[in-house]
Amino acid sequence: MEALKGSFSIITNPAVFAYIMKGVGFTVIISVVAVLLGILFGSILAMVRNYCTSGKTRIFQWMSVAYIEIFRNTPLLLWIFICLVFCPCPEVLNQKLWGLSSAEVKLLFKTAVALILFTSSVIAEIVRGGLNSVAHGQFEAGHAQGFSTVQIMLYIVLPQAFGNIVPTLLSQVITTIKDSSYLANVATIELMSRVKKLLSSAYRYNGLNTVNVSDVFVLFGFACLVYFIINFSLSCVVRSLQKRKKQQPRIQGR
Amino acid sequence: MSGLFSAEAWNKVWLYRGTFLLGLESTALTALFGLILALVIGIVLGLFATSGKKPLAFVARVYVEVIQNTPVLLQMCFLYYALAFSDLSIGIINTGILTLGIYHGAYVAEVVRAGIESIPRGQFEAAASQGFGYLGRMYYIILPQSIKIILPPMVNQVVNLIKNTSCLYIVGGTDLISVTYNFVTGENTGGAYAPAYILSGLLFFIVCCPLSSLASMWEISLKKRDVRSGQKARSAERMV
Repeated sequence: MEALKGSFSIITNPAVFAYIMKGVGFTVIISVVAVLLGILFGSILAMVRNYCTSGKTRIFQWMSVAYIEIFRNTPLLLWIFICLVFCPCPEVLNQKLWGLSSAEVKLLFKTAVALILFTSSVIAEIVRGGLNSVAHGQFEAGHAQGFSTVQIMLYIVLPQAFGNIVPTLLSQVITTIKDSSYLANVATIELMSRVKKLLSSAYRYNGLNTVNVSDVFVLFGFACLVYFIINFSLSCVVRSLQKRKKQQPRIQGR
Repeated sequence: MSGLFSAEAWNKVWLYRGTFLLGLESTALTALFGLILALVIGIVLGLFATSGKKPLAFVARVYVEVIQNTPVLLQMCFLYYALAFSDLSIGIINTGILTLGIYHGAYVAEVVRAGIESIPRGQFEAAASQGFGYLGRMYYIILPQSIKIILPPMVNQVVNLIKNTSCLYIVGGTDLISVTYNFVTGENTGGAYAPAYILSGLLFFIVCCPLSSLASMWEISLKKRDVRSGQKARSAERMV
């Protein structure tokens, strides 16, 4: 019982709590940034894969296919390791930022790049599904109205495609939040790594000078709870969107 | 580029090729047994979710939500340290098998549930009226129809499972990724970053790419068939 009380005193320690919450902030920010940039790069990749099918542009299609397939079929951790060694880091980031040491800021940049590259490939496939769901007649109609190909993409096809994939993209945010925990393998920035670090120094905070099994349950259990609250609320949003979408076509169609 | 074009670095990787193959073997072993466990958990929970009995469906729902909304890495650490600090250590590979089985079991359960729910209600009722029991109904009527809907996402789960063996790294596993990282940072073997990463990525790609291509091809052909049968149904309607 005493051990359990000690474990709870770790989390109720204001400094430790602030440390964990900062990790939560990093987790959410990294994931949202990765998904936003992933949507940008992923859309480009998807459009290239779908529409660069003639003559000289063929080579870009192959490159996009290669990129998507390579990233989809290798683990994220491999790309984190690769970016640690090969990703160049701008000099501006060689300083203390947001309560991280300069080494950690650099690690954050490199691992975030890995996460963005990986997420782009997944989102590219999602966007491609959206593009394929747009009827081909839309292109012809656009051409008939005198739109150029770029205008058709921007004003006609992409808005419809994105309208169809909003729920899938949101559930990709959930996946990315979970994937961001892989950053814990190389740096102590986000929630998962901070909790793990706290466990290894739990003896300092629980007042018992030993690490007990209850510390594991309290610390990791708390992290589970945080992840669950964030992701479950997101998945509820996804579900209500999907429900609304199922009802919509009937209303619009008639 | 840390040894991309140096013959020496490639030579080093070639010398230690056995290590990489051992890593691959460990990854394959973890993935295989993890998959078996995931299938068992997933099928049982999928049947729970579609059984129509509230308590069973509730159990399945809670399991799926809790497991799907927390990272596999956290579950791995939770299990590993909880066992280690209570002196019940079962070994890293077994921890990995257990975690991956539990995690992907939730996804398999969702796949199975979606497959069974895609079968029209009438099929269940028709089977029941013909005197089939629960098992007979599932085995002879429902599963043969839902299997084609279940298989493509299931194969995708296998690919994810293979990729997720990399989370063993955090507890010091011997899977392919951990082996690769230990190789490039090792005292005697260090430095050959590019060749080692290329080899390890290639091994993953060779295993995963055929599976994921198979899954997407399957999906496309299913969709095409759906469109065709939809057209047929519509034209039949028109004729009536």
